[in-house]
Amino acid sequence: MNKQKKTAHPYIPNTVPEVQEEMLKEIGAKTIDELFDGIPEELHYKKDMNIPKALSEYELRRYIEGILNKNINTKEYLNFLGAGCWNHYVPAVCDEVNQRAEFLTAYAGDPYEDHGRYQALFEYQSLMAELVDMDVVNVPTFDWAQAAATSIRMASRITGRKEVLLPKTIAPDRLKIIKNYCSPQIECVLVDYEEDSGQINLNDLEDKLSLNTAAVYFENPSYLGFIETQGQKISKLAKSFEAITIVGVDPSSLGVLAPPSHYGADIVCGDLQPLGMHMNYGGGQSGFIATHDDLTFIQEYPSRLFGIAPTVVKGEYGFGDVFYDRTSFALREKGKESVGTQTALWGITAGVYLSLMGPNGIYELGKSIMQKSQYAMGQLGNIPNVVASRFESTNFKEFVVDFSRTGKSVKEINQYLLANGIFGGKDLSEEFPELGQCSLFCITEIHLKEDIDRLVSAIQDCIDSIGSSEERDGVHAKN
Amino acid sequence: MQKINRDHKVRNYHQAKWDEPIIFELHKSGERGVTLPPVEEEITNNVGDGVSAIPLEMVRKRKPNLPEISQNRVLRHYLRLSQETLGAAFNVEIGQGTCTMKYSPKINETFASSPNMSELHPLQDESTVQGMLEVMYKLDLCMREISGMDYFTFQPGSGTQSLFTMASIVRAYHEANGEGEQRNEIITTIFSHPSQAATAAVKGYKIITLYPDKDGFPDIEKLKAAVSERTAGFVVANPEDTGIYNPRIKEFTKIVHDAGGICYYDQANANGLLGITRAKEAGFDMCFFNLHKTFSTPHACGGPATGALGVVDKLKEFMPGPLVEKQGEKYSLNDCLKNSIGKVRSFQGVPQTVLRAYAWVRALGAEGLKDVAKIAVLNNNYLYHKILNIQGADAPYIKGKRLEQVRYSWEQLTKETGVTTDDISRRMADFAHHYWSSHHPFVVPEPFTLEPTESLSKADLDEYIASLTHISHEAYTNPEKVKSAPHNSTIHRVDEQDYFDNPEKWCITWRSYLKKTNKTEKINS
Repeated sequence: MNKQKKTAHPYIPNTVPEVQEEMLKEIGAKTIDELFDGIPEELHYKKDMNIPKALSEYELRRYIEGILNKNINTKEYLNFLGAGCWNHYVPAVCDEVNQRAEFLTAYAGDPYEDHGRYQALFEYQSLMAELVDMDVVNVPTFDWAQAAATSIRMASRITGRKEVLLPKTIAPDRLKIIKNYCSPQIECVLVDYEEDSGQINLNDLEDKLSLNTAAVYFENPSYLGFIETQGQKISKLAKSFEAITIVGVDPSSLGVLAPPSHYGADIVCGDLQPLGMHMNYGGGQSGFIATHDDLTFIQEYPSRLFGIAPTVVKGEYGFGDVFYDRTSFALREKGKESVGTQTALWGITAGVYLSLMGPNGIYELGKSIMQKSQYAMGQLGNIPNVVASRFESTNFKEFVVDFSRTGKSVKEINQYLLANGIFGGKDLSEEFPELGQCSLFCITEIHLKEDIDRLVSAIQDCIDSIGSSEERDGVHAKN
Repeated sequence: MQKINRDHKVRNYHQAKWDEPIIFELHKSGERGVTLPPVEEEITNNVGDGVSAIPLEMVRKRKPNLPEISQNRVLRHYLRLSQETLGAAFNVEIGQGTCTMKYSPKINETFASSPNMSELHPLQDESTVQGMLEVMYKLDLCMREISGMDYFTFQPGSGTQSLFTMASIVRAYHEANGEGEQRNEIITTIFSHPSQAATAAVKGYKIITLYPDKDGFPDIEKLKAAVSERTAGFVVANPEDTGIYNPRIKEFTKIVHDAGGICYYDQANANGLLGITRAKEAGFDMCFFNLHKTFSTPHACGGPATGALGVVDKLKEFMPGPLVEKQGEKYSLNDCLKNSIGKVRSFQGVPQTVLRAYAWVRALGAEGLKDVAKIAVLNNNYLYHKILNIQGADAPYIKGKRLEQVRYSWEQLTKETGVTTDDISRRMADFAHHYWSSHHPFVVPEPFTLEPTESLSKADLDEYIASLTHISHEAYTNPEKVKSAPHNSTIHRVDEQDYFDNPEKWCITWRSYLKKTNKTEKINS
């Protein structure tokens, strides 16, 4: 009988039996199983794993694409969701660079193998430093939330204090991550917001500030989309208690909005996702932290910081790790928090994006977003009983729309929009029940007038539609 | 035609050297890399310029000092930098023991970059992301088979974040039992990744570190002495960096359990274990796998990545939410875990990595996964056997077979030649090889840690061995050649100490470099 020879697996060259025999002979072993003799017999897993048998590359493509086709993506439906992950245009060069096998598959090489990786990340730090107008930026962290948490822990180490004040308008999911990273050492205390404007309530802030306050953290734009205009006052108040000011920022706003360093921030953090990353169902998030070139702050970074230096050959740029001996790589539990794999490739990509955009592109991005979001707010606000925006403040790309008086819930509206090929705003009714039936919409440079008009008319149709019309008429009657 | 002599034993290599300026030096006023869609006239007529609405104190007064560069030049710059980077795809990737990368199949990149993955918003209605949830759910099922754990989350963004998550779960578990204050110690080992100790410390734990006994195993007597009513948890890898499987691991986990602690397993690298032995049977309560190591997803210069974290049933309620569940044919997200630690990463972590890993598992099947372990271990023992024959090289601790990696030592070579493991690292770059010493502290003198994975052929291994042999020979005959390396890299030796550890001199950004170099010139003039 012909015994059928097993085909070598394309990913595992030494599945070729003859090669295995040759290698075993060299080692002085008879079988591969013998190599596992060090594992006690009782711990050998004797069963077969319940995992389907191998697929060929073609079968795999059919199978995986079949699953992925069950998704509906934001190219197919109009998307107005933001809330921490934003739908911006990704220039083709960004994808080309981060899909290069050199960058995609690099990892831990030193500057003699990965000079290009070091230079690209040093350049990212440098470009980002211009955007936030500060002298030090780290190699990226996981996401905004974790960057904020680390900024808070840095402030706590610097001040020796164990309390941080944060605005009540912070994204609840972001707060969960911050709390988890801060506990059990640091307590998170929330500061009230002004009911009409959403702005931080300065009286409450002043009441809560004390000599236990390590830092005041706030965001610009806030999670709810409005611009916090009291930055200078907040940082002054913080300073009067010798607390550190930390500002979380959406970098896509910094072409038109003042960077937080201009209104007193000591530490700036945020997310790089708007700068050239696809949304990836949330996989495009990437955190950054920036400070001044001040040893007190620099020695508290857990992250890698790449620096520039000469080499032994005149005219050559070299790169390496600045102040490595503060990291957990060098000191284990005695290092500053922990460092490891985070999101370096998104740092390189953000560098590419900022290089492509330049100062004028970044300005035009901010301007275009503000024009379009104001247009959208205006049109939505023209629908009877719809309030846009809920807060009397200036917004950047996101804004809260209040549907409480329409007689429809956000859930109903979003279901109607979905049926009409539109992903509506983020439903805030669970996260902020005090706001009633409110929804967070996001408008970016990708939204054309016709897209916004389509959204507005669909919402109008939804509100006009039968279902809750009696209640709606009731509201009209009262008016 | 004469036959061209290709007889050389080591690769005749030189890395690309483009002498590329820093990107700011490419600035040419007026150039532009990309433009945006213009704002429609009707919108401008309706709202004006948009930015006048910004309160004065919040207006950016000067545009950011970014360079202006044409698209072609930006692309060329970054392509050149990419060529000056030795990715795992180019490399006989052996040199990052504990974390060596394996082959990342190209087909999986086509899935990751498809709009049905890349253009999904994480807050879309569940009915529109059924495919994505299906992938996460099905990979969870595969992970359960591989580990014996009961539930998985893919939220952690790396091994370090997985370790942080597990330390958070340990804390939440003891707090729920009223022992949060009392149990304030976590035990780990010196041959484990620094993040095991560092992340437990972030969660407020006192760290107890076990050192190896004479055979290279964590000292069991020291563990017995360390456990107490203060023990919150025990975290370990097995095998550790030595590649020796600790055969008494069940005794270890029992000692910790008897003291009331939780045992969590660092399986970032499980290359030698897939289908061979599982976390559950060894007595662990939690484990994690790095999808960007064991499950083939590309490391991306250091992320984005994923730690797949599995727990036994009793710890489910503490997991970060939401978890993917299936009811009938419908997949959904459940965020109602009773004592959840909350979240560790935004949204659902890095789903494109989960997708790649799932595709990899399906391309291998149960049998292929077991082949991964078998061949990774075969490759490693072949490499081990060959390296022990290189002059000046050794591997401390018990002789005999190792699993997927080995920590070696050049102690003898350094004593005899003065050449160190760092010198050898730089010289290996001259032959297109990555080579890593070890985490700190160097418990093994002049260490190097190699792990070949299943991805390399015998010919690949022979090439790496030939390079090490060549350099050992050089160390004994021409040590200067090794000490002055690299010779064939993009750059030469960097002046490390002064420029990276002196606050007056270090420059973490280009603007900082410009400030500090101008100042120096003024001081000098």
